[in-house]
Amino acid sequence: MKKIRIANGQGFWGDNVDIPLLMLEEKIDYIGMDYLAEVTLSIMMRQKLKNPRAGYARDFLDFIRRGLEKLVTKNVKVITNAGGLSPEILAEEIIAIAKSKGIRGLKVATVTGDNLYPLIDELIESGISLQNMETGEEFAKIRDKITSINAYLGAKPVVEALKAGAQIVIAGRITDTALVSAPVIYEFQVDWQDWDRIASATVGGHIVECGAQATGGNYSRWWEVPDMWDVGYPILEFYPDGSFIVTKSPKRGGVVNKFTVAEQLLYEMGDPTNYITPDCIADFSTIQLREIGKDKVLVEGIKGKARTQYLKVAATYLKGYKAVGQLVISGPRALEKAQLAAEIVWKRLERSGYQIAEEEKFVEFLGTGATLPTKFRIKDPPEVVVRIGIKSSNKEKVERFGKEIAPLVTSGPPGVTGFSGGRPKPQEMVAYWPTLVPRQIIEDKIEVKIEVS
Amino acid sequence: MKKVRLYEIAYARSGDKGDSSNVGVIAKNKKIYEYLKQHLTPETVKKHFEGIVQGEVERFLLPNINAINFILHNSLGGGGTLSLISDSQGKTHGQIMLMFEIEIPEELLKDE
Repeated sequence: MKKIRIANGQGFWGDNVDIPLLMLEEKIDYIGMDYLAEVTLSIMMRQKLKNPRAGYARDFLDFIRRGLEKLVTKNVKVITNAGGLSPEILAEEIIAIAKSKGIRGLKVATVTGDNLYPLIDELIESGISLQNMETGEEFAKIRDKITSINAYLGAKPVVEALKAGAQIVIAGRITDTALVSAPVIYEFQVDWQDWDRIASATVGGHIVECGAQATGGNYSRWWEVPDMWDVGYPILEFYPDGSFIVTKSPKRGGVVNKFTVAEQLLYEMGDPTNYITPDCIADFSTIQLREIGKDKVLVEGIKGKARTQYLKVAATYLKGYKAVGQLVISGPRALEKAQLAAEIVWKRLERSGYQIAEEEKFVEFLGTGATLPTKFRIKDPPEVVVRIGIKSSNKEKVERFGKEIAPLVTSGPPGVTGFSGGRPKPQEMVAYWPTLVPRQIIEDKIEVKIEVS
Repeated sequence: MKKVRLYEIAYARSGDKGDSSNVGVIAKNKKIYEYLKQHLTPETVKKHFEGIVQGEVERFLLPNINAINFILHNSLGGGGTLSLISDSQGKTHGQIMLMFEIEIPEELLKDE
């Protein structure tokens, strides 16, 4: 019976950079690598505005530099959204690296069409409202402040790239789950209306999309996880009927059992019966989990429903500026001293001519149970980390705020230390704007291109 | 009856959705799931998270994996990038859920 093995090599931009290389030591057919969180594309947009050849996840190139020979020798295929806003530029860089290593005939595909930034006016003219799907707010409110706008594409263009023989598929904003569902659909020639099998592949994608979170990372019973430092990232073994096994390398640490898998199934979950993706709606209440061996969980029974006529589009826009500074305060009455320190900041800003509204102010006392519900909070700890912050549409105000943290060490209460890293600088505060667009409008513009080294 | 923390009889994981967090709770076995279904309600969970949850608590059941999913509305100080709180993504909410104290019949604790 045919089976294919798909590994996760990266759960987010900033994940452990050695994982994809370690994965190349395993018996696998595909590696999916996820780099895009909700606002990553707005960061990439800033980078691209400064340098038109930027706008992708650079970590991916490091992997190519270190691992391309092995990838080619073992004929492992890679699917990633590392392309961000510049899939074609990233592909050019990969081709250049391949040539410099003397590797000929490497096929790199790019998927584009998710970036709607150049099309905003056209969309509005054709009657698409782009209103916020959660709040109902009108798009006109943020039109001038947009920092990125991308559609979530599904598995289809990736399947097309695989059919064309690509070994590396570079996309921008495709759904995390498509990194897994695309190779399953391609290898088993799944019909696009076979909702159960597409839902099953989608669930597989969901389980591995945060890397080690399926294999012992962030696990409730962390004390039962062997060699967490060397946690093996998840590997899925898919079968033609849509069922699959979640496992990991036997050489590495971590654990796969029905609880590590169930925990990850529930990660970022809304209504479990309606998990909406571009390619299907999966019903998580139909999933059956069975432990069939050491670090092997069989996942089966998944039901799906027809895809919707819309694609989700995520815009980001500039909402203002923020800054946070922190200090350590020790000794008797530490919390009272921390509260005084915060009051001093606001009064000195006022003396300097800055009115700070209550909703612009932020103070948190770590060590008192700040992340916990009220009933768990500690009234008189001997040490507190005070985090003082501000958010405002006025950048100058945020900048001025940053100058009020260091002076507290000498002109505030006693026992204040831990000021390091310089004055907190204003950071752009980018907000998220989800909306829906009829799928046809977007799908007509998707392009898949192949480059060969 | 014995008073235990959820920590001893269940697993949990949390994540974020805008300004809401979700907390998935997985019972150790079917009997404990049936018991938790009666006692982990939107009301008791909202009370447990007093000081964190500003909005309502929604609940979804997944009997197939002995799990209950809670959505904690308005619990992240504005959500994602707009929030200045340390846990703006609700990463700790799963662990906080496991601090929930519950009286449970002792025979349910014997089953593994």
